[in-house]
Amino acid sequence: MTSSESAPVTGPAGPARSWTAYLRSRAVAALPPEKLLPDRQPAYVASWVYVFGVLTIAAFLLALASGTVIALEGPQWYHGSSIGLFFNSLHLWSVELFFFFMVIHLWATFFMAAWRGRRGLTWVLGALSFLASVGTAFTGYLVQSNFDSQWIATQAKDGLNSVGIGAWFNVLDMGQMLLFHVLLLPVALAALIAGHLILVRRRGVVPPFPAAGASVPDPGVVAPAERRSGGASS
Amino acid sequence: MVSHRLLAAPIDLHRPAHYVHWGIVQISVPNLIVVGLLVLVLVLAVLLPFPRGGGR
Amino acid sequence: MTGTPTRRRWASRRADPAAQEWAGDTREFDLVKELLVALVVVGVLCVALAGLFSSPDDRPITVARWAKAAPGDFVATAVTELDGTSRTASYGPPYNSFPGAGQELGPLPLQRWGGVRARVDTAQDFVLRPLREVPADPVLTGALSEWSSAPAAVQMEWATAYGDAVAKAPGGDPGAVAPGDYGPVPLLMTRLLGLGQTGALDGLLVSQDRFYATDYTKPLLFLADGTYLEDTARAQNLGGDQWGMMNETGSWPGQAWLWLYTFWYQVKPFSTSDNADALVWGLMAVLSLVFVCLPFIPGLRSLPRHLGVHRLIWRQHYRQVEGPKRPAES
Repeated sequence: MTSSESAPVTGPAGPARSWTAYLRSRAVAALPPEKLLPDRQPAYVASWVYVFGVLTIAAFLLALASGTVIALEGPQWYHGSSIGLFFNSLHLWSVELFFFFMVIHLWATFFMAAWRGRRGLTWVLGALSFLASVGTAFTGYLVQSNFDSQWIATQAKDGLNSVGIGAWFNVLDMGQMLLFHVLLLPVALAALIAGHLILVRRRGVVPPFPAAGASVPDPGVVAPAERRSGGASS
Repeated sequence: MVSHRLLAAPIDLHRPAHYVHWGIVQISVPNLIVVGLLVLVLVLAVLLPFPRGGGR
Repeated sequence: MTGTPTRRRWASRRADPAAQEWAGDTREFDLVKELLVALVVVGVLCVALAGLFSSPDDRPITVARWAKAAPGDFVATAVTELDGTSRTASYGPPYNSFPGAGQELGPLPLQRWGGVRARVDTAQDFVLRPLREVPADPVLTGALSEWSSAPAAVQMEWATAYGDAVAKAPGGDPGAVAPGDYGPVPLLMTRLLGLGQTGALDGLLVSQDRFYATDYTKPLLFLADGTYLEDTARAQNLGGDQWGMMNETGSWPGQAWLWLYTFWYQVKPFSTSDNADALVWGLMAVLSLVFVCLPFIPGLRSLPRHLGVHRLIWRQHYRQVEGPKRPAES
């Protein structure tokens, strides 16, 4: 096994035919280990607003974990079991916390205009994650199998039907909604969040706006060729 | 209609919520508390000093 | 990017200061520890909230409960299903092709474009087919024959007259309806009410010759056509014009993140429009697109710089860069 450099893998016969080696070299070039798992961050990352991204992830993981326990016992479990009700409560509150932290993270990244410096796609994936979260939570409310589910389903159907979506996404069909909630939407959401996180690692945390009156970039901004060795930016 | 099972939660939220009315806006007190906490936590996160130095 | 001339931005993206690798001061930080601390903090918060407040679980309303608690409403609704004037019967796609039904977004008949993909025939599915399952009831069998052999116009007269009479009866009580020419409708309704009250109708509406059933379209549409479900919801401020989308049963917090979606339903023109749902969906789709594409929208993407909250967030950094001297790094 050779360690990959940023140049494409070549062999004695020319460019390598190995798709695996090619994929590996591209991946490592885009996101070398010290960038994927850095242990240093820019000094300007010095505010409590920065913790809300990881708090959002933690709440998401807890929602997945509590949801997994409910899935193990089935969707009707919690109606007749105190432990089941407790896990249902964990699931509800982890989702409330997830949205709480995510909205603060969203405001913070907005105030920092965190899309600057080729980070537009990071914002796009984050925004899509927010929208996917709303959809995932919505299907969650639909599969509670209680009065709230009945009311939400019979109300939401009008919005979805009015634009033709209800013809194939039937909120009155508990089976379909359960599969969307437990499988399809969490997978889509996890993929969006993973993409968002990979881009955050790849592009680094957005630097501050140039200081007042500055006509040149702030100290610390250098061309890629002069990147400090061993000092990973996050 | 309330679930017939006995709840163990010390704070029983089964009673109807109180609502705050302001023009066309109508918001439940629990939701208002959540939104209020949201704004408070954001303001605190921006204003509270962050420890300088080697790291967290 | 903000304030940079377009030509320079497109010609030299690599020169964008915000895109450069940071080679200035750094600090130690532990990504893994940070995630673990976050998991513990959020975990403790979650357990505390779940332990203190639990979660709501209001029992669902079965057709049986509806039929027992509000027989007048049940019968009044069933009559409209029979004569095709109920909300579901005149809904249009995806349930049926009622002429002219379906919301439009401007010139676009989006609801009709969806097509009829969850077909519901309210007279057959909610009334007649369940009644035909009742065994050994020759009186009912006779009434069903009388109904099906009558011309459509006569069926409509019977059902409409009976519906009006139930509405006028004291307390909406089907037993106190004034005498009149209603054909077999009163008997059909009495039998359907009985079927409903035993709970058999819940099963018949869902199963429809299947053993395994996960699709609750029919019983939910039937329930929603009545007022009992809605009255129960409105008593907890869950109605559309009560900002209900944001609310939860009991005193739990609800879905505050839906505030903007539900807001439009409270104001004109949406609150009085027949196409309210389509209009709100269309508007929210546009606003969502703006939200997602914010970094690429001139003006909006410059807003944070003008708001200046970043100067508070990065005050340590700006003190170093703009101050008279750089403080010693610890």
